[in-house]
Amino acid sequence: MLDGNRRKFDHLPNRPGVGYKPQHYSDILENPGAVEWLEIHAENYMGDGGRPIAQLRYLAEQFPISVHGVGLSIGGERALDADHLARLKHLLSWLNPASFSEHLAWSTHGNHFLNDLLPLPYTDATLTRVADHISQVQEVVGRQLLLENPSTYLAFDASEMDEVEFLREVVARTGCGLLLDVNNVFVSATNQKTDPITYLNDFPMDAVGELHLGGHDKDTDDHGAPLLIDSHGCEVVDPVWALYAHTLDLAGARPTLIEWDTDVPDWATLAAQAGRADALLAKVAQ
Amino acid sequence: MSSEQGDFITALLDPDLTVPAGLSDPDGRPAGRRFSVYRNNVAVSLTEALKAAFPVICKLVGDEFFEAMAGVYLRAHPPKTPVLMFYGVDMPEFLAGFEPVAHLGYLPDIARLEFALRQSYHAADATPIDPEVLQNLPTDQLMGSTLQLAHSARLLQSEWPICALWLANTNDDAPKVQMQAQDVLITRPEFDPQPMLLGTGAAAFVEALGKGRNFGDALKTAGKGFDLSAALAILLTGGVITKISKGADT
Repeated sequence: MLDGNRRKFDHLPNRPGVGYKPQHYSDILENPGAVEWLEIHAENYMGDGGRPIAQLRYLAEQFPISVHGVGLSIGGERALDADHLARLKHLLSWLNPASFSEHLAWSTHGNHFLNDLLPLPYTDATLTRVADHISQVQEVVGRQLLLENPSTYLAFDASEMDEVEFLREVVARTGCGLLLDVNNVFVSATNQKTDPITYLNDFPMDAVGELHLGGHDKDTDDHGAPLLIDSHGCEVVDPVWALYAHTLDLAGARPTLIEWDTDVPDWATLAAQAGRADALLAKVAQ
Repeated sequence: MSSEQGDFITALLDPDLTVPAGLSDPDGRPAGRRFSVYRNNVAVSLTEALKAAFPVICKLVGDEFFEAMAGVYLRAHPPKTPVLMFYGVDMPEFLAGFEPVAHLGYLPDIARLEFALRQSYHAADATPIDPEVLQNLPTDQLMGSTLQLAHSARLLQSEWPICALWLANTNDDAPKVQMQAQDVLITRPEFDPQPMLLGTGAAAFVEALGKGRNFGDALKTAGKGFDLSAALAILLTGGVITKISKGADT
């Protein structure tokens, strides 16, 4: 019975999903609306048991699940944390999710984990390190990793290539896929004064296994220039919906996640965002 | 040894340090506030994690004080792993040495209780025994038996009324707190851990069982004034006993 369901969920459908929040558990089961799949943060399910694991086991029988890691620190200068990699492998083994993704970022140094997605200079040295770490992860967990483009707030003087070039090369070296976060594209382009359309037009859409949409906060820098912050704390803004429509024109329909992690709204509000994504997905080739 | 990411992290955790070199805005000017976004993300997200882990401590000292204290804690004890559900293991010791709360002597033990509740919540599942199995065991066999206790069961002993203080800060209609030592066994009947107040000798009894001593030995450890049926009621209704192994001679 369980095996039959698992086989059905061996990939994410080209439909909307949402980031799973425990407070929505009953609503999701009773009234999923346009939501066809769920994404979890890997680190929240690394306990030994209890309600979180029990809920996840049950949800995984009803929905395809995407495991999204936030703590692997793929861009870290030092070796990957072997204990954390083992925890991740354990989760992926028993859950057997439809997809697994992580970030182009770092968060761990020595035995300090800073719980943020910290930025990287786009250099040959970073490229080698990131590619080595991704190859190691894919080998250990025995599945492909989708790497997510970051939101960035500053630039490194040391960078030698642009982000798309960097990501394209990581894909070529490791065979990983990409998770294209359209909100991050908008946030970074605004913060870096670059053109998000050019970014998307350059992006290797063939490698994209999943799209992310989320909300951001607005601030300004020391000189009064707009500084957008990737907060996942509100609705997706219209310019990001427009970039999403452009992405779908380029890539065709792709599994699309609504991320809302802080000031989490009621289920109806979140499901409505998924509904809006679904309306755009319906207009493009499946 | 210095490294780029090492310098980045040092500056991230210390707002008094200058922004590391080589970080710019799109016009090539120093990153300034742009770096502060990362500083802020780290401080806010870890403060939120601590608030979620220690809601009663937060209530006892107040939101504003807790946030300021969390800022000190997270810099002294940054997380060691990305599994933030267990962030805050050093909080009891930190509170014991944090001068501004020295007058609230019970805070470290309340923090121990809250952290143990968190550990219990995420502990491995186990199927409790049918209470009848224990009740129907002949006395001599029972005395020679060892009991396996659920991973979700956690024992705490305190000089302070930790159970009463916890209840008073999580329930509106909890009884008034009397200043007295309290022993607590956290049980998790299904998914929700509960601190259960233990009577005289019960902590010693449970501790002995947890160490694999047989029932008879545990009973002796409990000493005078121990109410066995009250202790067994807590263990059985809390689903704490997961296995009975008969004595070595059977």
